[in-house]
Amino acid sequence: MAANNDTIGKTLTVTILLCVICSVVVSAAAVLLKPQQVSNKELDRKSNILAAAGISDPSKSVDELFAQITTRMVDLETGKFTDEVDPATYDATKAAKDPALSVKLDRGEDIASIKRQAKYMPVYLVQDGDQIEKVILPVHGYGLWSTLYGFLALEGDLNTVIGLGFYSHAETPGLGGEVDNPAWKALWPGKKVYDEGSMDPKLHLIKGNVDPASPTAQHQVDGLSGATLTSNGVTNLVQFWLGENGYAPFLANLKAGEV
Amino acid sequence: MSASKDVLVKPIFANNPIALQILGICSALAVTTNLNTALVMTLAVIAVTAFSNLFVSLIRNHIPGNIRIICQMTIIASLVIVVDQILKAYAYEISKQLSVFVGLIITNCIVMGRAEAFAMKNPPGISFLDGIGNGLGYGAVLMFVGFVRELFGAGSLFGIEILPLINDGGWYQGNGLLLLPPSAFFIIGMFIWIVRSWKKEQIEEPEYVLAPNSKKEAV
Repeated sequence: MAANNDTIGKTLTVTILLCVICSVVVSAAAVLLKPQQVSNKELDRKSNILAAAGISDPSKSVDELFAQITTRMVDLETGKFTDEVDPATYDATKAAKDPALSVKLDRGEDIASIKRQAKYMPVYLVQDGDQIEKVILPVHGYGLWSTLYGFLALEGDLNTVIGLGFYSHAETPGLGGEVDNPAWKALWPGKKVYDEGSMDPKLHLIKGNVDPASPTAQHQVDGLSGATLTSNGVTNLVQFWLGENGYAPFLANLKAGEV
Repeated sequence: MSASKDVLVKPIFANNPIALQILGICSALAVTTNLNTALVMTLAVIAVTAFSNLFVSLIRNHIPGNIRIICQMTIIASLVIVVDQILKAYAYEISKQLSVFVGLIITNCIVMGRAEAFAMKNPPGISFLDGIGNGLGYGAVLMFVGFVRELFGAGSLFGIEILPLINDGGWYQGNGLLLLPPSAFFIIGMFIWIVRSWKKEQIEEPEYVLAPNSKKEAV
């Protein structure tokens, strides 16, 4: 029965038919499931933003909770809001790879080891009238094995931390992976990023436990035990994104009311 | 009937693809840190082996012998992409944790091994059952490994706390090694040991015997 299967004609027919059928199946699956996948990604991003800002209410859906948050785009260089790009379609991770939408960082400034940085970043604001209550900033930087992506939320004084959470990383489970540990995350709220009157980020992780009596305790968070490099990575990314190449100009403008 | 029962049940212990044939170890290391991912991976592999067996078997009389492996791969790869897309749409959290390992089912030797060894020679119905059986065999090992790793590594099962961890104010010190991939080697080894102590016919003859030391060793 299989004897005549090896002719050139039969081989080509079977191959072509098989490929056409398989490609139809694959593209149909991709196209039909796309809307569901996009909404999943969106939901995931929103719930991470809400988690960092400490907004939770089990009785409401993520979309309802997210309604109180305004998304604005910030030009990192000038530190002002911009309407150059539409926050709904803008993807900061993609933009960081696009030479037209990003800048290459010098080795000296690139403390978070991200190589290229997008010119525009989205920020998320919780407002009460004109008063800003919370600012949520996307941050990322290199740890030990992977780039950590997360959100850092600040109070309306633009100095006190509400929370830090990472939504994507591949650090060692049980060691660096403890960045996801709720007990560790609970150490962040209330910490101060800057000293009075300065825009130089002071917040960092230390080795061991923070001594509450120390005068600098408000700028310190316990390091992760057994994960010095991940801890350094977290310090670096916090300092980079809250520093002059990150959101510091924007936060300064926001404080002065000039955005 | 007994033939179809055989192909369905035998791969679970008697002819387990991981424990006896030692296939598909790579993904068994990667996705077993907790039971949720192990279960979803099991279902994905069952679906892919069953349907790839079915489709390969349906066209087995038309597949040219020279390019049969490529034909099987095309079918398997398409099925894996479909499964990956479905997971991304309906089980987003888990598909994020499984990341590339769903895509890597393509390279899982079990799927291709069954297509080549069974589906090419047998009719569709029984091939489909054989696919499910081998998927279950793979799944049995995954669930066993996942059970040990999650319970003793993270103190929980399916994400539900069983042994409260010291980190969360409990009494159990999680075993960090179990959360790292190498631990799965030990557990799979233990699984093989248990299965072979129970089913002695699976023990292989040693391929050679160590010769006794013929020279006096330097002291």
